[in-house]
Order: sequence, then structure tokens, then C-alpha cells
Amino acid sequence: MLLLAFDTATPAVTAALHDGERVLAESTVVDARRHGELLLPAVDRVLTTAGRALADVTGLVVGVGPGPYTGLRVGLVTAASFADVLGVPVHGVCTLDGLAWAAGEAGLDGPFTVATDARRKEVYWARYDGPRSRATEPAVDRPADIADAVRGLPAVGAGAALYPEVFTDRRADPDHLSAGSLAALAAHRLAAGEPFEPPLPLYLRRPDAQVPAGYKAVLPK
Amino acid sequence: MADEPLVLGIETSCDETGVGIVRGHTLLADAVASSVDEHARYGGVVPEVASRAHLEAMIPTVQRALKDAGVAASDLDGIAVTAGPGLAGALLVGVSAAKAYAYALGKPLYGVNHLASHICVDQLEHGALPEPTMALLVSGGHSSLLLAPDITSDVRPLGSTIDDAAGEAFDKVARVLGLGFPGGPAVDRHARDGDPKAIAFPRGLTGARDPLYDFSFSGLKTAVARWVEARRRDGQDVPVADVAASFQEAVVDVLTRKAIRACKDNGVDHLMIGGGVAANSRLRSLAQERCEDAGILLRVPRPKLCTDNGAMVAALGAEMVARGRAASTLDLPADSSLPVTEVSVPGHTHEHGHVSADGHGHAHDHDHVHELSKDNLYG
Ligand SMILES: [Zn+2]
Repeated sequence: MLLLAFDTATPAVTAALHDGERVLAESTVVDARRHGELLLPAVDRVLTTAGRALADVTGLVVGVGPGPYTGLRVGLVTAASFADVLGVPVHGVCTLDGLAWAAGEAGLDGPFTVATDARRKEVYWARYDGPRSRATEPAVDRPADIADAVRGLPAVGAGAALYPEVFTDRRADPDHLSAGSLAALAAHRLAAGEPFEPPLPLYLRRPDAQVPAGYKAVLPK
Repeated sequence: MADEPLVLGIETSCDETGVGIVRGHTLLADAVASSVDEHARYGGVVPEVASRAHLEAMIPTVQRALKDAGVAASDLDGIAVTAGPGLAGALLVGVSAAKAYAYALGKPLYGVNHLASHICVDQLEHGALPEPTMALLVSGGHSSLLLAPDITSDVRPLGSTIDDAAGEAFDKVARVLGLGFPGGPAVDRHARDGDPKAIAFPRGLTGARDPLYDFSFSGLKTAVARWVEARRRDGQDVPVADVAASFQEAVVDVLTRKAIRACKDNGVDHLMIGGGVAANSRLRSLAQERCEDAGILLRVPRPKLCTDNGAMVAALGAEMVARGRAASTLDLPADSSLPVTEVSVPGHTHEHGHVSADGHGHAHDHDHVHELSKDNLYG
């Protein structure tokens, strides 16, 4: 098994290669403005580092968000294009699940919250019963509106760091999403025969667009 | 000829997901998926709606183009893609897909300029472009007069609109007249039954001291709106066909007059017209008439090649391959404001933004406009 995993749903542009047992190579660069420029070089770097070719890959793992859309689409369209050429499956993984897995590897157990930055003073978030067990659907909300739901729970992710008044028990590890965690989670799911998410974006918001409010006159009334 | 370059082109700068395949100057496939219907109720292209539609349509459109062309992806000599200008988020979907296909197939990647592609597409219709080529590009996003001594490396802007693009003016006038979006085809249709001389609408930037090759359509658009509103306020019927015809005449009169002037001034004996507005029937007929009078050969591709499509990108890509131009690197950015003078975006060395050996590091900010620098990022 050779899994190529990547995620562009958070400021981290991250790619990793995983053989089903361990991470062979990983590249993580944090730059929220350059997902499109950084992803392919990162993929190339992990393949080169591991001494493998893209054609050796048996499956793709891609973070499906939720995350800011412009960056999120980079990972998804890249995975879909690779899959079209290679004829291998694309396994979609909720980006928050990748952070939850990493939190478990960092020693967190029991219920906790994962929250990432959704901009516009909102967070993408979900509650977990444990590192491999998400308890709620991913959602986008204002932190104040979910204070009751996350009260007293440990929290990971950049969203938790941004709103300490709501996420009062923030854990610093993991700092950022890593594709290594995403790949490890995917390998675990493949071994356990657990399902994946469809490789489609979790937008959670409607497109930002207003229907023009009728025709505006230019002559003074 | 079988040894001509076989190139697949991807175009996602606005609301059309276009994938074209050409061999040299021969069009093999021109697959387009449009999200125009999703934008109609907004009265204009909504960037996030367009970007979402590109993601959904990308792979099926590539597959359809390959099937239509009857070629295998492994036979391609290169992948070309619109790197800019255009809508930032929309461009990024096409650029990301093109990189992934190029990398997975082991083919060179060519990030090219949307405007140069609009010109180069005429090679699929009328054969090799003369050098230099004089081009008038008119669409909802651009109105430019360009002189191209070499379509793969040297495109010079002579003039462009200082406010609205010509196609934008069509959309706005269509809205004033209640004709719906997109406005170009609707205005063209209604104008056929109207008198182009019925109303004397202004011709922007045609005064003796005005810039010779620049355009302005904002004043014209406002003049049409004022005229229509004054009519309505007086309780009179609006002669839609006459307004459409007179407005359209004002636009194409200025476009053709300036284009012919540019040809004469630069000693160019032919004129290429491209972009969505080149599908306008009156622009075609008036350009033909005036070119004949001036002894200029007119080249206008068929309407489907004038609007945004992947074939035009493939056409420029094929010319790049044929002339041995440098390919792009995998860090090719989507540049929403790529200048027309940058025909392609060849690989560049990183003078900044160093990434440490273990792959961890924080790259620096870039010094030019990037795909995430515009609004509408976080929908
Ligand atoms: Zn265009």
C-alpha cells in the first residue's frame, strides 16, 4: 500500500506519503495565501524524499474540509485529476478528523473539540468522543453561539487558539494539520474497513452572492 | 501533420469550464461546461458560484475533450492553462488541475495569458497568424487593441477601455431594457429590428484630443439609461429595438473605427477580432465593411471560438511547444491581474520564500498580486 495524502483546507499546505504502516515522508508549509503554488511542489518533494514515483501510489487521501473555499478546492481538484490519470481511488477525510487523530497521537483522550478558523469571526468545528470518534457533524458557527456545546472540553486547532474566551482549555498540540496524520487515519480506516467521506468539498456556507435589488435609476427622482 | 504538437488546454478564468485539444493549428476537441445559467438570476457572474462549478465540471470536461478528440492523455505533448487574468478563485481551479494532469502524465505545463489565447485561437480557423497581428479583443471582461509581433512572446497593448468593458456595457444596457443576462445576444437580437440611427448616442473618446486607441463605454451606458428613463418618466413607450440598435451602433462604430486606425497607423494589413463580443452580428458586418474599404483583411473566428474556451488555450500552448518556448514550473501561480504583456508564465527561480530541507517553514509573502489577495475567498 502506498497512500499519497494532502490537505489544503487550513493555512497548512501539507502532503505526505504513507505505506500503511508509517509515514515515509511529509512536507508541511504554512502559508494561507499560496495553496495553489505550494501543493504540487510539496507532493513532488515527498515522492522524491521517499524515492517513489506517483505511479506507485495505490490510493489518494484528501482533506475535504471544512475550510476556506479557495484553498480547499486546490486539494480536491488535484486529487481528482491525479485519480483520473492514475486510476486509483480518492479517499475523502474530514479535515477536522485529521486534527482529532493528531490530538490523539499527542495524548488527548476522551471528549474534546476541534475548531479551525473559518474567518468572518466564525469557526469550523466538531465535537469528538475520542480521537477516532466524531460526535457531531462539522459545522460553521460564531464561537459565542457554541460556548455551551464546548464548555469545559479540551480544544485543539487554530480556531480554539483564536477564541480563548470560548475554548478555555486549549491544547497546543497539534499546532497545524499534517497530511501524515490524515494518511495515518486513512490507513487505519482502510485496515478497519471503515468508510470515507466522498471526495467533495464541505463548504457549509452558501455562495456569497446577492441578487441585485432591481434596476437602479440614474436620473434624480 | 502528425508531428505537430498535441496540446490540451484548460480555461477557467470566468464562468466557462473549457477544455480543448489541438494538434498544431487543427482543432480536435472543444468541450465547454458553462455555469452561465446559475449566474443569470444575479445579473452577473458570481465568483464563488463560478469556482464551485469549475470544480464540479473539471474532470468530466477533460474526459469529454479527450474522448471527442480520440486521443490518449499519454500522447499529449503538453498541458496549457490560463494562468490569468481572470477571477482569482476560478483561475485557481484550472491551474491546479492542469498542474496535476501535467505532473501525473509527465508532460510540460504551460501557464499562458488569457488575452493572447483569444488571439491565437484564430490559427484554428484561418491558419498561421500574420506577424505582427493586430487584434481587437472585446468581451465582458476586456476591450483591448493589441499588436502582437510574436503571439508566444511579444504582445503589446495599444489601448484598452478606461472604464467598462464593451460586453459589460451590453449587459448593463440589457438590464435597463429588461432583456436579461447575458446581455450581448439579447441586444444583438432586438437590434436587428431597430434603426441604428434612431438615437444619436455618444461615441466615447473619439474627440480630437482623446487617446487614439483607448475606449470608454461608461458614458454611453449612462446616456442610454438616461434616455430610457426620461421616456418612461414621461409615460412614453420605450422603443426597445431602436434603443438596442442605436446603442450597439455606437459601440461597434467606435470599436471598428479605432481598430482600423490602429492598423493604418502601424502599417498592418489585417485585423483579428476576438472575445465574446466578436460574436455580435453588427460588429462583424461593420468591421467587414470598413476593412474592405481600407484594404484590410478581416479575421474573425466562428462565435464558439470567440467566447471563452479551452481550445484557444490549447492553440497558444501548441504554438509555444512548436516554437520551443519555456514551460512553467509546478509553483505556477494563478494571477488574477496577469498583464497582457506576459504571454506566458515561465518557470522562475525563488529569490525568496525558502522552504527548509525538512519541508517545514514559513514562506514569505510575495510581492505581486496573488490568487488569494482579492475578495470572496471565504464565501
Ligand atoms: Zn475572455
